[in-house]
Amino acid sequence: MKKNMGWRELGQGDSLPAGTAAEFQTGDWRRERPIFNKENCIQCYFCWIYCPDAAIILDENKKVAGIDYRYCKGCGICDRECPTKKEKRAIIMKEEKK
Amino acid sequence: MPTLAKTGNEAMAEAMRQINPDVVAAYPITPATEIVMIFSQFVADGLVDTEYVAVESEHSAMSACVGAAAAGCRVMTGTSSQGLQLMSEILPIASALRLPIVMCDVNRALSGPINIHCDHSDTMAVRDFGWLQIFSENAQEAYDNVLQMMRISENKEIQLPGMVTTDGFIISHCMERVETIDDAAAKQYVGAYQPLKSVLDLDNPITLGSLDLQDYYFEHKMPIVEAMQKAKNVILEVGRDFGQKFGREYGLVETYKLDDAEIAMVALGSTCGTARVIIDELRAQGVKVGLLKIRVFRPFPAEAIVAALKNVQAAAIMDRSDMYSDQGGQVFCEIRSALYDADKKPLLANYVYGLGGREICLEDIRRICADTQANAAAGKVKQLIQHYGVRE
Repeated sequence: MKKNMGWRELGQGDSLPAGTAAEFQTGDWRRERPIFNKENCIQCYFCWIYCPDAAIILDENKKVAGIDYRYCKGCGICDRECPTKKEKRAIIMKEEKK
Repeated sequence: MPTLAKTGNEAMAEAMRQINPDVVAAYPITPATEIVMIFSQFVADGLVDTEYVAVESEHSAMSACVGAAAAGCRVMTGTSSQGLQLMSEILPIASALRLPIVMCDVNRALSGPINIHCDHSDTMAVRDFGWLQIFSENAQEAYDNVLQMMRISENKEIQLPGMVTTDGFIISHCMERVETIDDAAAKQYVGAYQPLKSVLDLDNPITLGSLDLQDYYFEHKMPIVEAMQKAKNVILEVGRDFGQKFGREYGLVETYKLDDAEIAMVALGSTCGTARVIIDELRAQGVKVGLLKIRVFRPFPAEAIVAALKNVQAAAIMDRSDMYSDQGGQVFCEIRSALYDADKKPLLANYVYGLGGREICLEDIRRICADTQANAAAGKVKQLIQHYGVRE
């Protein structure tokens, strides 16, 4: 989308094209970052389903492959929902080092 | 054209039946309950194709209306007073998203104290939310206005929600002679709805209601400003077309014996009917008095009002609500403001009257006209703002 459009250039109401949130990278808010351990992941997709943004990366085989830190706000929902056991965690939250 | 005996509520429900909206979401409230109650019976009897959403509050009713309209449905609802106030959070969203929802709104006082009778406080309180507002004088106008509002709201240049009001109990519950239009003619007049957008259109996906901060919020408000300007002409076109087809023409304002009038009364809604009787009586006595009825309050027909009052010496502005600003009622403030730049303008006095359903009788109109005559004769206004009919 063009920046700083005049009001006569805008769509009707405040309607916008769909999917513009992809341009809005929210990763810089993060205080904690989820660390993904692929060897412990059981591919249940809970993190992918529960992530309120689009921060869980699926690979070309639609397998959970990691975290997209451009979007991850560090909310920790993926960690909370991840059903893996304490000794074999697929997701661990670590403090964000600025 | 069938001539029927109908209350204002029945007349509005009849117009809704003929419009056959896709969705009605409503919550009952006195004195508007019957509108949606009668309509829900139409739904139950299979007379309309409407999806009727029974919600748990007016806030939900308007939210459901917004959702349905955003999906591309033709949507209607009805409410009054506290119900309208409970919708307040959602009303400006409906106009900002440019959703042509039509509401049957029965004017009723606001709590507190608790009161169920007519004044205009509820409707005036939501006047700045980007909704079109048309006031009806009687059940006939209520019916005609609902049909017209659907066309005005859905006009491609306008796309704004609109409320058609009646006066609580005075119009909503009084049975009058109403000429309705045949179903087929009404359907043809309103036309099929062609939504300009739908959030359910998977081929053309859109986002509605996104976060809009310092960079774009202001720009997104401007189309409402423009649509309200354009609405004046559209309302006139739709009213003229209605007149040509069905014999009852409508404008932004209506004048009654005003052309050569020296004094005038300016009012909204049912009070205009009472005023006509006294104007006839005074005219028979040789008093040059006329009525200016404000039919459309949003957009505000400032130019038409200035033109209509230019040869009047003194006018009484009737407000069935107060702004509690020490500046009189809403109608007075807007008319006074509209006249500021006029070369020729009448002396104005404001009468805040009829709050909580306090009756305005023939004798009251007679007295206010006598006051206005005295102001004209004296060349100055004796009392700028008065709360008429209140006990000291």
